[in-house]
Amino acid sequence: MQDQQTETPLLETRGLTKIFGSLRACDGIDLAIAPGEIHALLGENGAGKSTLVKMLFGVLDPSAGEILWKGKAVRIGSPGEARATGVGMVFQHFSLFEALTVAENIALALDGNVAIDRISEEARRLSLEYGLPLDPSAHVADLSVGERQRIEIVRSLLQNPELIILDEPTSVLTPQEADKLFETLAKLKAEGRSVLYISHRLEEVQRICDRATVLRHGKVTGACDPRQETPSSLARMMVGGEVAEISGAGLGEPGEVLVDVRKLSAPARTPFAVALRDVELTVRAGEVIAIAGVAGNGQSELFDVLSGEVTVSDADSLRIADVAAGRLGITERRLMGCSFVPEERHGHAAVPNMNLSGNLVLSRYASDRKAFLTGGWLDLINLGPVAAATKRISAAMDVRKSLEDPPAGSLSGGNLQKFIVGRELDRQPRVLVVNQPTWGVDAGAASRIRQALVDLAKSGSAVIVISQDLDEVFEIASSISVINEGQLSKPEPASSMTRERIGLLMGGFHDGTPLGNSAPEASHAH
Amino acid sequence: MHIELQKRPVPSRLFAVLSPFIALGLTLIAGAIMFMALGKNPFDALYSFFIEPLTEVWSIHELTVKAAPLILIAVGLSVCYRSNNWNIGAEGQFIMGGILGSLVPIMLPGFQTWLTLPLMLLLGMAGGAAWGAIPAFLKTRFNTNEILTSLMLVYTAQLFLDWLARGVLRDPNGNNFPGSVRFPAAAQLPEIMPSQGSAHYGIVLALIAAVIVWFMLSFTLNGFQVRVLGANPRAGRFAGFSQTRMTYLAFLISGGLAGLAGISEVSGAIGQLRETISPGYGFTAIIVAFLGRLSPLGAIAAGFMLALTYLGGEAAQMTLGISDKVGRVFQGLLLFFVLGCDTLINYQVRLVLRKAAPAAGGQS
Amino acid sequence: MDIAQNILLTIMTAATPLLIAAIGELVVERSGVLNLGVEGMMVIGAVCGFAATILTGSPWIGMLAAVAAGAVFSLLFGVLTLSLAANQVATGLSLTLLGLGLSGMIGESFVGTAGIKLASVNIPGLTEIPLIGRLVFGQDPIFYISLILTGGVAWFLFRTRAGLTLRAIGDNHASAHALGINVLKIRYLAVIFGGACAGLAGAHLSLVYTPQWVENMTAGRGWIALALVVFASWRPWRVLGGAYLFGAVSIGQLHAQALGFGIPSQFLSALPYVATIVVLVIISRDRRLTLMNTPASLGQPFVPDR
Repeated sequence: MQDQQTETPLLETRGLTKIFGSLRACDGIDLAIAPGEIHALLGENGAGKSTLVKMLFGVLDPSAGEILWKGKAVRIGSPGEARATGVGMVFQHFSLFEALTVAENIALALDGNVAIDRISEEARRLSLEYGLPLDPSAHVADLSVGERQRIEIVRSLLQNPELIILDEPTSVLTPQEADKLFETLAKLKAEGRSVLYISHRLEEVQRICDRATVLRHGKVTGACDPRQETPSSLARMMVGGEVAEISGAGLGEPGEVLVDVRKLSAPARTPFAVALRDVELTVRAGEVIAIAGVAGNGQSELFDVLSGEVTVSDADSLRIADVAAGRLGITERRLMGCSFVPEERHGHAAVPNMNLSGNLVLSRYASDRKAFLTGGWLDLINLGPVAAATKRISAAMDVRKSLEDPPAGSLSGGNLQKFIVGRELDRQPRVLVVNQPTWGVDAGAASRIRQALVDLAKSGSAVIVISQDLDEVFEIASSISVINEGQLSKPEPASSMTRERIGLLMGGFHDGTPLGNSAPEASHAH
Repeated sequence: MHIELQKRPVPSRLFAVLSPFIALGLTLIAGAIMFMALGKNPFDALYSFFIEPLTEVWSIHELTVKAAPLILIAVGLSVCYRSNNWNIGAEGQFIMGGILGSLVPIMLPGFQTWLTLPLMLLLGMAGGAAWGAIPAFLKTRFNTNEILTSLMLVYTAQLFLDWLARGVLRDPNGNNFPGSVRFPAAAQLPEIMPSQGSAHYGIVLALIAAVIVWFMLSFTLNGFQVRVLGANPRAGRFAGFSQTRMTYLAFLISGGLAGLAGISEVSGAIGQLRETISPGYGFTAIIVAFLGRLSPLGAIAAGFMLALTYLGGEAAQMTLGISDKVGRVFQGLLLFFVLGCDTLINYQVRLVLRKAAPAAGGQS
Repeated sequence: MDIAQNILLTIMTAATPLLIAAIGELVVERSGVLNLGVEGMMVIGAVCGFAATILTGSPWIGMLAAVAAGAVFSLLFGVLTLSLAANQVATGLSLTLLGLGLSGMIGESFVGTAGIKLASVNIPGLTEIPLIGRLVFGQDPIFYISLILTGGVAWFLFRTRAGLTLRAIGDNHASAHALGINVLKIRYLAVIFGGACAGLAGAHLSLVYTPQWVENMTAGRGWIALALVVFASWRPWRVLGGAYLFGAVSIGQLHAQALGFGIPSQFLSALPYVATIVVLVIISRDRRLTLMNTPASLGQPFVPDR
């Protein structure tokens, strides 16, 4: 162990800095990765992890500082140069081309002129060797998220890299798929390659990583052996202080049924979308139902159908407060007391170039027509009350902003999300549907948002939370359901649910009982 | 050498105001270079192009005659472009408005009351709106690209007008010249100050339309919808706004205003239906809309500016013997520079002469 | 029987400028860029080709000048939309407006000048073969170039690595950038290629189809070429089919005008434009299919962050 510490690091950064406008995304980062180690880069969303690895891979130019490869200063001007140096990369948001085949995708990442059929062969061989089966002639658009990640990994392995960077690889995997990935990583390590493993999941970092560097707000806040640390000490380095516990306890007895989904199906609207099949879900007043699942399994499609952005042909398949609502649009559902928070903040939940007050009107002009509109048939926007409500929401959710009424796009992710959630809570909705409430949000804002959701349920509303974040799911849910390829598992009380069981459901496994409440044949379809 | 862009966190208010003026300046510089290349003194040429038309009363009247249709059309196009509906067929809608409105004096020559003119104007709007509704229908119903369909309808409208003016609507006593009967006084948009020049009430209609549409865009829920759906269609759907309704609204407003411009031109400036009634107003108005930053009030200023390029072209031809086509070139250049300068609003622009080599250790 | 050959010849001649301009635009759109300035680049090519021919006496030099003019003109579009990330729709429009104005100015002194036709190929012995001789061995040089271009582009896009890279950029420019592909450079090359093609298409109009200069002589062909790309779902050989179909429509309406039939000539002249609309409606009706075929990043500006 001592030898390894004194050995020349494979890759080292000194004072690496990246400045975007006024933001120091990375600020004087020192990092050293030894040969043959799995090195974790830990940090919250927005801590600067992705910016750092983009510099290491030549996608971004550092503003200052240097990168050393085997002790020598190098300039990595492009991903091509990074690959030539010996660095491979597996991106978090994959850099794949949906319209092309697997082999074509791989070919694009290789330098020089290699015949497509030779790449196919090589890819097939490597993918089998590392236990990552792939069909080179398949189109990426038809593949699952896990399969797409395999392409990324095989693509980087084809170049025989000495260092492989993986950016949040397990965020799109089921726990079982993640286990397989860890086996692959162990194999790579055994071959003497180094791995830079980026994550915000403490448990897996402790499990597979030899050393860890922790980032917060673009700065290194700790370097340690994760196995010597406790989860809470790691979390402190990551978050900088204790995070308030959410008090999920105290959710009372559920009341009347507010949302009742029966045999709801919706076809895929685009070639890249997921079809919903026989979704069944009952949500009562005072309940928080969490819908867990791996990204891309129909979450946004489910949200669209629940919100009424997309209507279904069978009006009775979705009843809200005992009214057939399947064919009602989003405005009519809002008028029935529902509120919605979609996943994407910029350009879906909010218009980035519009002021906060405009973004308030966006989702509430119909439900708060009396307050926010005036002038009779002219439908003038009543600026005074709108401004007052904007102020009220900002205060209630502690939205930090530099101007009284700034454009939504100028707020940080966490602050904008607090405003968007606050915008809906402000009208005390009877039903709230929210998709990925804290995605890309800092820990402080996340805990505030989660608390607000729980409080809303306590006050007697029904809350549906679609989330990929299992910690969040366990923190706030009274019952949990899992979405997999457009099908929903039967909700189970959070108290009796385990991570392992969620993992099985995420992967479409189910011990004897069919997924969802659908007919048994449905289970054999897979 | 290349250009590097850095997205601004918030669009620059300064450049939002400055960019049309920078574009104007650059256009003048480019124009000066062009005149020099043509062997003319650039200062004389620019003077006769941009200043001379403003020195006489009658030509200021002419300016309003040219500006009126440009402003009317551009105001409608502002709504269209802001809501992401790319109507480039205003020329066709202008023509159809001119045709439909003209039917009143041509078919009912005896109908000459105070109602004649309002009826013509209304029919003109209806004609333009109807022609504009076609691409809207095709876009919403069949997902057909409105850019191409609205443009194809321009050629169709031009040929239709040509057929009418040479055929069924031709003045039987016109010695076989194309063109309808001349309109009676009751069917002509009156001149504002007949003793001084030719300015007719079309410019008043244009200013009223600009103010109404500006008010709609700025203060009403409909205007809010235009802005939301134009910026982020997905956010618009989340708000519960209908894309289909907005496409119709935008095309009907812009088609209607283009049609109004068409009938105003026919009944105000020309006085009869001819085989051609527009020197490309429908296309020039696209430039007006962008130069006015897609704001109806901005379109007023921009409309006068572009009207000047029409007059300047004529003036430069008379005094300097430069082709009047130069006016069209100026218009095209102006739009180019406007679009280029708009980048300054959303981005910080840096001209990088050479990729900076990393100095020792990349310190910078 | 010679009548059939003549009709086919005129159809091919009418189709050639559409085909060339559309093939150029297809490459541009496959790279994810929507250049609506085809009409403008084409008319610039037409006037520059004509002017250079008159000034030098050689239609070959004229043809090269047209190609160069189209390419240089397209560069204006490239700087604005690629380097300055300007709105591609508006910039393309402005390219068309500027092109129409500029060509009017350049061409003013050439109005009424008799042109010089780019001579058709004549291979003694072969060109005289009945029925097919002139179709195969007796057409103008640009016709043969158009076929080579179509085949070349099809081969390039689907058989070469550079073509793969181009398609990848059109599919997802952010991913391409992350892989180290120089998105803007390749898009510049595509835009210039499209401009050169449009210039060549313009040269065909003013040097072969009607060897003279008339203002706005492209008469919407650039726009029809744009529609052809959509019609062909971005596939080169389908562009060829579409172009010949449109050639047939426009020649058909000319013959109908000559024969009379009592239909006003304006209505027949409107036929190609109406046909464009009808074809567009038919092809875009299926939303899913359109989505599948359209290059996913078409029309979206790309700003690399570094």
